[in-house]
Amino acid sequence: MLLNQFLLLSAVLFCLGVYGVLARKNAVLVLMSIELMLNAVNINLVAFGALHDAVAGQVFALFVITIAAAEVGVGLAIVLLIFRNRASIDLDEVDLMKG
Amino acid sequence: MLENAWLIPLIPALTFWGILALGGRIGHQGVWLGIGGVASSFVLSLVAAVEWIGLGEGREAVSRHLTWWQLGEAEIGVGTHIDGLAVMMLVVVTFVSLMVHVYSTGYMHGDRRYVYFFAALSLFTASMLMLVVADNTLQLLIGWELVGLCSFMLIGHWWEEGANSSAAIKAFITTRTGDVGLLLGVTTLFFAAGQNFGIENLNRMAIAGEIRHGVLLAGAALLFLGVMGKSAQFPLHVWLPDAMAGPTPVSALIHAATMVVAGVYLVARLFGVFFAAFSIDAGGVNLVAIIGAITVLIAAALAFVQDDIKKVLAYSTVSQLGYMVMALGVGAWTAAVFHLFTHAFFKALLFLGSGSLIHAVHSNNMSEMGGLRKPMPTTYWTFMLGSVALAGIFPLAGFWSKDEILNGALAGGFPLMVAVGMVGAFMTAAYMTRACYLIFAGEYRGHGHPHESPPSMAWPLRILAVPAAVAGLLNAPGIGKFGEWVAFEVAGAGEIVEHHAFNPSLALLSLAIALSGIGVAAGVYFRNTWPRGAMAGSPALQLGHKVLVNKYYLDNLYIDGIIRTIQYPLAKAAYWFNQKVIDGVVNAFGIAARAAGNVVYEQVDQKVIDGIVNGAGLSAEEGGAILRRTQTGRVQQYAAYLFGAAALGAAALVYFT
Repeated sequence: MLLNQFLLLSAVLFCLGVYGVLARKNAVLVLMSIELMLNAVNINLVAFGALHDAVAGQVFALFVITIAAAEVGVGLAIVLLIFRNRASIDLDEVDLMKG
Repeated sequence: MLENAWLIPLIPALTFWGILALGGRIGHQGVWLGIGGVASSFVLSLVAAVEWIGLGEGREAVSRHLTWWQLGEAEIGVGTHIDGLAVMMLVVVTFVSLMVHVYSTGYMHGDRRYVYFFAALSLFTASMLMLVVADNTLQLLIGWELVGLCSFMLIGHWWEEGANSSAAIKAFITTRTGDVGLLLGVTTLFFAAGQNFGIENLNRMAIAGEIRHGVLLAGAALLFLGVMGKSAQFPLHVWLPDAMAGPTPVSALIHAATMVVAGVYLVARLFGVFFAAFSIDAGGVNLVAIIGAITVLIAAALAFVQDDIKKVLAYSTVSQLGYMVMALGVGAWTAAVFHLFTHAFFKALLFLGSGSLIHAVHSNNMSEMGGLRKPMPTTYWTFMLGSVALAGIFPLAGFWSKDEILNGALAGGFPLMVAVGMVGAFMTAAYMTRACYLIFAGEYRGHGHPHESPPSMAWPLRILAVPAAVAGLLNAPGIGKFGEWVAFEVAGAGEIVEHHAFNPSLALLSLAIALSGIGVAAGVYFRNTWPRGAMAGSPALQLGHKVLVNKYYLDNLYIDGIIRTIQYPLAKAAYWFNQKVIDGVVNAFGIAARAAGNVVYEQVDQKVIDGIVNGAGLSAEEGGAILRRTQTGRVQQYAAYLFGAAALGAAALVYFT
């Protein structure tokens, strides 16, 4: 009954996250956008779980939260190291693999 | 031995190879190998002669033939045909060769190529024997050419001196000129006889009239050209005096007794052909008789103006060969063959005697001899005996043979030839007297100390003196049976030549002429009678003398007139052709190939092929440069590609399910 709305919200949030990943210069903002994408996915999972009266959706969302937390930790560590080496976290400048 | 006569040429051939092969190891002993070979051949020849005589009245020739290969109708093989003529030649050749071999051990002692000389002598003996026993013209031709080769080898034995090698070349080329005729003649008769080389067959067909007369005449004339070359008939006689440049034993063996008579032997052997071709029985004057007669006279004239003893004997040989050829031309077959027989002995004796003289005074010239009677008694009496035999004095060998030639000419109806023979006999006696006077009488005019020759040289002289004296008796009427033993028979026609009875008046006349020749010459030289000094006052005699000294200018004619006018323009034309035409074609090919190569290089290789290869590389490079732009190194760009692809995939998933 309210499924479409949840899915729409999830989709909007996801697209916003994708936009942020692709278009932001600041590395931290990219990480934040990734979090946004992940949370959108969580909403999706929980909505479908509620639809089927299954607890599996929520369990899966719990996994995703855990993974997201770990991933952000590692990601921030990487961003920190980039900043230490370059004094800047502008992703446009990290093009050492340019062919 | 008549059956196995092939052994007789084989033994010297084996000793030739033996000396060459073993020469290094056995050194001077190779000489004895040569002598042994010839001696055994001589013994076998004597056995064959005895056997032949022992066959009695109805004796027939013994033939053996081995076919080498057959090509259609033509059959080529080797064989022996032993009849009286062959047996006679075998004995003569081996005997004279043996004497020369023994003589050479003394004469050639210390020579630079002592053993090689004996190898060459063996080869010559083997070749001459092969020629003599031949039963077909091809084998005869091979033997003929081989003896020519040996003559060349032996004349040029001391080839380090240019004059000797020139003489050898002159001999070879002159006889070769005649050999053109011989080769053509052999070929003509081969085809005329139905592709058959056999001699007996050829004689039979010629006498029986199975060959067309024109062909027969052409064949005989061509063969006679070869005879003119080999037997030194006018005008191809010019090589024989020059051949005296070779060692004296060579002159004795080859240019007196054996090789030069090969031509006479050829005519005698193929007499059926000549008899029929020139119609000798009809008594017409023919080419053979004319050439023989001319040769007798011109050579005898030349013998008068020679200073070199060997040249006197050489011209004497030419003259006597003329006698033999003339005799054959008038149909006196037995006379010619008998003269060949006796002449071999006394001419070899004379030559070996001259060698003894040369050895003693170290010079060939009679102007440096004189008064040699006392120091060299053996040489003296053998040389005198040989000279008297040559002059034709009774009872020595030359008298009987020369008389028989005159007899044959008279009975055959050739008065001109009789006259020529008489004049020739006079001249022969005269020039030999001159030679003997210059050598043995008067005071010694040289510078050395002449002494008698060693036994190795003296004994052959003594031994040869025996047949020179008595061989004539073999054909003396009533005493000798030479005419029976050596007769010319044609299968189916029997004997075609007549035997003429002994003519005592003719014999006395020829004896008188010979004695007068001796007498006149003796008067001129010994007693200084009138003709001496006549030359100083008479321009005609001086001109004649000049012509004789220049050998009738024949050499000048041959060398300047014929050879130079042909050789130089021909050589120049050939050279021009070679440089301009042939080299032009070859060079043109080269130039064309080079130009083609250049074109291929510039157009095809550089432009097309390299273009393709470079183009491949360039396109790879350009493609890479273009594609490289996708590698920005910016993570967000890569993420954009990823999300784009995912979206497309999702859309496809949604739309296609």
